[in-house]
Amino acid sequence: MMITITITIMSTEAQRFWSQNMNSIDMRRRKFLQSAAGFSAIAMLNAFVPAWARSLQVGRDSSQFDAADPLVFDLAIREHQLEIAGGMGNGMSINNTIPGPLLEWYEGRDVLLNVTNRMTADTSIHWHGILLPFEMDGVPGVTFRGIKPETTFEYRFPVEQSGTYWYHSHSGLQEQSGVYGPLVVHPREPEPLSYDRDYVVMLSDWTFEDPHDVMRNLKKMSDYYNYQQFSLTELYGKGDMSRGEAIRMKLAWDRMRMMATDILDITGATYTYLMNGLHPAGNWTGLFQAGERVRLRFINGSAMSYFNVRIPGLPMTVIAADGQNVQPVETDEFQFGVAETYDVIVEPKGDAAYTIMAEAMDRSGFAAGTLATQPGERAQIPSLRERPLLSMVDMGMDMSGMGMDHMSMSESATAPDQSTGSGAIDHSTMDHSTMNHGALKQGPSVRPMHQGHNMGDMASVGPVIARHSSDNHGPGNISVATVQRDRLGERGTGLAEVDHRVLVYTDLRRLADDFDERPPTREIELHLTGHMERYMWSFDGMQFHEVNGPIEFEYGERLRLTMVNDTMMNHPIHLHGMWMELENGHGAHIPRKHTINMMPAARTSVLISADAQGRWAFHCHLLYHMDMGMFRVVRVS
Amino acid sequence: MTRSICTALMLLGFTPCVLAYEPAGTPPDWDPPMGPKMLFWQVLGDRLETGFDDDVNTYVWDAQAWYGGDRTRAWFKTEGEGEQGKSPESAELQVLYSRLIAPFWDWQIGIRHDFEPNPTRTHFVLGLQGVVPYEFEWDSALFVSDEGDVSARIEAEYDLNITQRWVLQPRFELNAAFSDDPEIRLGDGVISTELGVRLRYHFRREIAPYIGIAWEQLYGDTKTFAKDVGEPSSTTSLVLGIRFWF
Repeated sequence: MMITITITIMSTEAQRFWSQNMNSIDMRRRKFLQSAAGFSAIAMLNAFVPAWARSLQVGRDSSQFDAADPLVFDLAIREHQLEIAGGMGNGMSINNTIPGPLLEWYEGRDVLLNVTNRMTADTSIHWHGILLPFEMDGVPGVTFRGIKPETTFEYRFPVEQSGTYWYHSHSGLQEQSGVYGPLVVHPREPEPLSYDRDYVVMLSDWTFEDPHDVMRNLKKMSDYYNYQQFSLTELYGKGDMSRGEAIRMKLAWDRMRMMATDILDITGATYTYLMNGLHPAGNWTGLFQAGERVRLRFINGSAMSYFNVRIPGLPMTVIAADGQNVQPVETDEFQFGVAETYDVIVEPKGDAAYTIMAEAMDRSGFAAGTLATQPGERAQIPSLRERPLLSMVDMGMDMSGMGMDHMSMSESATAPDQSTGSGAIDHSTMDHSTMNHGALKQGPSVRPMHQGHNMGDMASVGPVIARHSSDNHGPGNISVATVQRDRLGERGTGLAEVDHRVLVYTDLRRLADDFDERPPTREIELHLTGHMERYMWSFDGMQFHEVNGPIEFEYGERLRLTMVNDTMMNHPIHLHGMWMELENGHGAHIPRKHTINMMPAARTSVLISADAQGRWAFHCHLLYHMDMGMFRVVRVS
Repeated sequence: MTRSICTALMLLGFTPCVLAYEPAGTPPDWDPPMGPKMLFWQVLGDRLETGFDDDVNTYVWDAQAWYGGDRTRAWFKTEGEGEQGKSPESAELQVLYSRLIAPFWDWQIGIRHDFEPNPTRTHFVLGLQGVVPYEFEWDSALFVSDEGDVSARIEAEYDLNITQRWVLQPRFELNAAFSDDPEIRLGDGVISTELGVRLRYHFRREIAPYIGIAWEQLYGDTKTFAKDVGEPSSTTSLVLGIRFWF
């Protein structure tokens, strides 16, 4: 009967998909769950369990829903030497492991988390993506005063959602040192889709350097870790570009005092990329038996790394984004920013082994693991693809005067109202009909389609929907997006030319019919700004310590937050405590997210129901950007 | 700002404001979420080199250091040169207050003292340092000496990556004066230019030995003054040196 209820809230398209897969849950899996889950598993959390010994298998124990008492977890944060990434490193761990233990919560049942600080510095744990009373959100200096050395903080709150999330320290640079872990909340209703195996795949980045040294290096030389810069030798040899084109490109970027290779600030030059705590040689393996369907819960738990994730030979059906179910959509690759999560289902064929390939966005390194029927099996690891370059689109350059006529044509076809306008958008306007909705309401049909074809760089670029005002955000900001594009239909940086399907934000449609139909009564516009050379990061040109106060939301209001990325880098923007509903053109089925990747020069709007009182952090989830000032507090009162 | 006003009023016995850490809106005795504003520093030895000319072997140092926040910094610059085995012929130190005024530009204001040549000079410095389009590192300054003489200096450098570790650096420097100062053998007009090309190899980001060629040319009265004391007015040297920072 519950299954019927689930179906009624799905669209017909989704129904077809689900009904094909409505086999009952595999009994073997049930048996495993009954033995492994519950308090015995919780008791194990305090034991020393090396990361390499854990399978990160998720197990739902339906008896856990009914208990009246809260589910208790004891977590201890320590600083110590540990074996990691093929060496010995100085890390900070939760219960002696990196990542910390997999926490499994149950929708509707309170949790009580005793977090003990066994270090000499203050610490904290933030439950990323979880809606809770703000005092439990775990951001020192915003929602509480942090966890002092040798003290325990009791987090206790009801769990009123389900899905794949994670948790991490919100103190200093501790996240880089290892204070993060996966979090799965089991839904009270049965999962809408059946599968036989359920694994967390948590990706992260590890450095043997002290994170503070990394920060100092970036402050002194912002391209310190970039060993993929343009060099003269490129003129002779590989690459699609002709020599003349390469020289022109180099000069164009030099003229702007920027680098086309500025994809990630911290790279494989210092990072070892980890999959569930294991470097590629450690080969994290998810076991399956022939014919089984496997759910993989991808969590980008890194400090600074975007990943391109693919499983060569296996299409992935994306079923959730940021913990929230979406209408299933099949893809071959997705790029995700720091803190984003995607749940996918794969159906491995036969006894073959498959590589889960997670390439850093700048292709300076990768994390990899295996799906196999036997431990120790491995499939070929694909070689790293050529490093991507930023384009003039990423710079927010106005190319209408550069002879690119097809661009302006496609703009006028999609957004006739404003793309040709010369002035900046009036930020105070309440008439949203002249804003990006002109383009958005037309839905995906007017968007450039990527499926299956190599469309080339320019053909797949989203339409210009606004122009920048004359406010350049002061000396703390290097550049502005002169033209701002709707890039939600675009593939991530470096994937435009990839010859298979790539997930884009417009592919995401929420599954549930729970859209808040109230129109927004107010719009707030924020610009993502920064100064790469100084390594300053900010909103509207102001670093956190320079602003006068929080961004004020009125309790109960429905509002639109429009973000513009004036920098040439991707930034994953995270709002605590409330969902951001990404206005990607799908009406009542726009997806809910806790973290939204802002592509360079993108203009993106989200809807927010300000239904959670308190102070909430709002920031770029690139750890060092946040620490350098790309952080604000939202106050709902 | 509001907070310091509030604190001041509190000290005077008024309690007119609700004190809060402004950016976060938290109670006043809470630590800020990012910790206190961070200060950083860097020392850069741009040129520490020996020059080999036909007649004389020389040495040059040219180093800078800064300390401070993102927008305001204290800058120190020192440079000098001399013949191998002898005390320097010129040696200067600048102490500057530096402020970010445009995305790629710092205004700098401060004092320069020339320890050599003799008699010594102290200058007021007004500088502009930054990056010009096409990615040239730019350092320029106007100097007013304690004798009232006004002079100027422009330095520009460009880093061309040959590989990720081999870097070719053309460098240009121009010195000019708006009045002469015969005591220290400086004429007015363009005093000197320096053109150099240095090829360095980065063992790591911080350490790069280099080899290069530097051509220095004197002009006008300065050239005459140099000839009078038997010094060359034009030198072309092979240079070996090291660039480092920490």
